[in-house]
Amino acid sequence: MIEILGVSSQALWGQLLIGLINGAFYALLSLGLAIIFGLLNIVNFAHGAQYMVGAFCAWIALNWFGVNYWVALILAPLVVGALGALMELLLLRRIRDLDHVYGLLLTFGAALLIEGSFRQFFGSAGLPYPMPEQLRGGRDLGFMVLPNYRAWVIVASAVVCLVTWLVIERTKLGAYLRAAMHNPSLLQAFGVRVPRMVTLTYAFGATLAGFGGVMAAPIYQVSPAMGSSTLIVVFAVVVIGGMGSIGGAMVTGFGLGLVEGLAKVFYPPASSTVIFAVMVIVLLLRPAGLFGRVA
Amino acid sequence: MSERIETGADLLVVENLKAWYGDSRALQRIDLRVRSGQIATLVGRNGAGKTTTLRAIMGLVAREGSIRFQGRELVGLLPDAIARCGIAYCPEERGIFPGLTTEENLMLPPVLRPGGMSTAEVYSLFPNLHERRRSMGTRLSGGEQQMLAIGRILRIGAQLLLLDEPTEGLAPIIVEQIGVAIQALKARGFTILLVEQNLDFAQEISDAFWMIEDGQVVDQMDRTGVVDEAALSQFRKHLSL
Repeated sequence: MIEILGVSSQALWGQLLIGLINGAFYALLSLGLAIIFGLLNIVNFAHGAQYMVGAFCAWIALNWFGVNYWVALILAPLVVGALGALMELLLLRRIRDLDHVYGLLLTFGAALLIEGSFRQFFGSAGLPYPMPEQLRGGRDLGFMVLPNYRAWVIVASAVVCLVTWLVIERTKLGAYLRAAMHNPSLLQAFGVRVPRMVTLTYAFGATLAGFGGVMAAPIYQVSPAMGSSTLIVVFAVVVIGGMGSIGGAMVTGFGLGLVEGLAKVFYPPASSTVIFAVMVIVLLLRPAGLFGRVA
Repeated sequence: MSERIETGADLLVVENLKAWYGDSRALQRIDLRVRSGQIATLVGRNGAGKTTTLRAIMGLVAREGSIRFQGRELVGLLPDAIARCGIAYCPEERGIFPGLTTEENLMLPPVLRPGGMSTAEVYSLFPNLHERRRSMGTRLSGGEQQMLAIGRILRIGAQLLLLDEPTEGLAPIIVEQIGVAIQALKARGFTILLVEQNLDFAQEISDAFWMIEDGQVVDQMDRTGVVDEAALSQFRKHLSL
């Protein structure tokens, strides 16, 4: 067996794979956060809760209604997106003209309420969600065994991120979004219904979080706290990538997942903090983030 | 005093318009009438309330009073609904969006109503834009950016164009080009409400003038005033210190 710095290549590939999977979730979540921040100027602290609700929707759908993974993968994100739209219409819209810190506080409060309610009804223990049958097992790549479900997560997340990026960068709809991020009132004076766009954008960010939650359900257990623990890392990812930089959020998400995986191989105690160390270094060297433009 | 030079009907009637930025009142009382097919100009010193008047018409500031466009009340409507009524706005700072090419900036505002100019027409009005259509909008010269800012609102299908200081900071030769373009737009049937500090420029092209001071209309003059030395110097007095 080949060894690098005393580490077997099998362990290295294994950890890199886990890193890539974590990175897939970081990318999905930070993409939604970056889009929401770009248009609403709100740091969406409810993002983790929305991810968790997505996972619970899948769990409830399966256990109460017998709805399978694939249907839940479509339905649960839509439910989370609809809840996001409601939250924007009923709550966030009212504080739009106030200081942005109110948006942060409001979404933080909402996240606590949502998490608390789920803890009340479902307890804090993780609930198991079975792998979809079609994706059980794995294939031997020679140097390691790649579980099918994990491959699916990486591919699906990358495709969703890429399609989102293409829509934002290459379509008329995306041009509206980019223009609205820069000067929403002028775009509205051109006749674009910016308030509706804000609602749909927030809903879309929540949809991405819900989608991530469903994909996470078979890998991690479904629990009320699953969102908040992930979200802290995702915030770091967004800051490293550059607040509001959509491409940056995705690339950084996958990249930092790998960095975390590498840390687990070479110096495991650092694996939970390495992302924050990277954040400190990046902020010192490039305060606007890796892909952020200095205002 | 008779102001009836143009035979067009009143397109825009502003009555007792007040506006605020936060708690501070920016407009005390503005009354205006813009006739269809006219070029009307708001003149006044810096901070008099000219820009605020345009922003109030477009729904971009808190306002009170009455703004009727083709008889329809605009106070209470959101900017996008006002745009759909047939009004287009070109801000003083031009508002070219970064990250978009000249052509993308030009094509960004949606076509809301029939009767707007085609992209080819806009390019023939401003040939520079066609030459530079693949350049980033924010890379254009000041004059080209101004042409882009005006050009992109011509496709919308609006009848009334609100142009805020289109000549600000531009070289005389560019100012002249902008003047020619604005007259071409009038000839094509657009009604134009202009904000100008440069009265010499406005005199060349405007049909009606309103002098704004401290958020109020303090004087007005029509086209005949331009050739009447006494009337013109009377009007100009408001601008001198």
